[in-house]
Amino acid sequence: MNLELPPKILEEINRICEEKKLGKEEKEKIIANVRKAWESCLITPGVAIGVVAAQSIGEPGTQLTMRTKLTSGVGEITITLGLPRLIEILDAKKEPSTPTMQIYLKKEYRNAEDAKRVAKKLLEITCKNIADEITIDLIEKRIEILLNLKKMKALGVRFDEVNAALRNLLKAFKIRKKENWIILTPKRRRIGVKELYDAKNFVENLHIKGIHGIKQVLPIKERDEWIIKTSGSNLKDVLKLKEVDPTRTITNDIFEVARVLGIEAARNMIVEEIERTLSEQGVVVDIRHILLIADLMCWSGRIRGVTRYGITGEKASVLTRASFEIPLHHLVEASIFNEIDEFRSIIPNVIANQPIPIGTGIPKLIYGVSEDGGNRGAKEK
Amino acid sequence: MKMIEERDKEEFDIFTHRLVPRHRIISEEEKRELLTKYNAKLADLPRILITDPVVRKLGAKPGDVIEITRSSPTAGETKYYRVVIVE
Repeated sequence: MNLELPPKILEEINRICEEKKLGKEEKEKIIANVRKAWESCLITPGVAIGVVAAQSIGEPGTQLTMRTKLTSGVGEITITLGLPRLIEILDAKKEPSTPTMQIYLKKEYRNAEDAKRVAKKLLEITCKNIADEITIDLIEKRIEILLNLKKMKALGVRFDEVNAALRNLLKAFKIRKKENWIILTPKRRRIGVKELYDAKNFVENLHIKGIHGIKQVLPIKERDEWIIKTSGSNLKDVLKLKEVDPTRTITNDIFEVARVLGIEAARNMIVEEIERTLSEQGVVVDIRHILLIADLMCWSGRIRGVTRYGITGEKASVLTRASFEIPLHHLVEASIFNEIDEFRSIIPNVIANQPIPIGTGIPKLIYGVSEDGGNRGAKEK
Repeated sequence: MKMIEERDKEEFDIFTHRLVPRHRIISEEEKRELLTKYNAKLADLPRILITDPVVRKLGAKPGDVIEITRSSPTAGETKYYRVVIVE
């Protein structure tokens, strides 16, 4: 196949040629030479790049910290770092153990006051956060909420917001205010204790304002720019806010990125997250290995982890699957469904003590041996 | 729920996000060229789900091939192809 030089290299050549004021002939000469060097750098067909990638990430992985949580910067927000985070990404866990977002603001809002204001707006507030007490009065059969006015003021919640939230979501109750108390009486006369109890639980977690799932907010100045870090994540709703810069705001929840921005964005996210996790710990891994793994994880359009349920579990060869984890399960299942292993991959051939189809094990691809043993110049081995 | 009053009615454009590369549906002819160039069948290509937000925005149908122009840290820019599949 005739391969073209990557645009990045061509750009570089153009730049240098212009700098040194070289003619067309010289430039062509340079390109030819660069091409030769570049072609010698290409991986030859048959090299087991997957194994190389696995080693290249696995060995530095032993140097990562095994402590799960570390606080980031000044804030109270904890994020998973090091090995646990790396495992989380590669296993494609549905939800990260510490979901967090980095919210960037539009130009006109990049100052301390606006950042604090937006942060306040983002924070999810439930009834529990603003109430001192939520109790059931069993004699009167009603629920009583004691509001903490100080907390309400600090969080910027007005009484009518609470009232509106209650009214919208709790249709079966009458709402009355008495000083600091909100009293909810059921509209129906007969109501069971269990129903009351369920209603109380519902009221406790009632969403009053803010964005679902944002549990903590932290406006912080990073590189001359005010951004908001959060714990808890809800990319879809945050991107809709008018103060938020929708081109840069991100979450560390890869599945959420895939849901909101698509599989390609998720793939970029995986690359970025793996690289960041490694470089944060002072470990350097060539980006190509990470790119390969991210591409493989996103190959099927949905994110698959490097686990027995993901990539390895979907391999075509029965013996490959069986040699990874839970062999008995795979072998029994394969025999029930009459699966056939064609011995095309490495592991079955290793098991059967046959030449493996990598490197020099696939001369057919390189020499093009024909049926009768004749070939193009080279002799059959 | 309309709890957040100042929410923009308009949906944001996902293509402006820095994580989302350029996507384009390629024509039937380009599709044929691509498959002969790589000596591949349509089923050999990497996949993208019909429910993917990008696919929904482009309005692609199952069987369409989408060309993705990625910015690559090693090569500057690379082309990647995905075929649209039903879940």
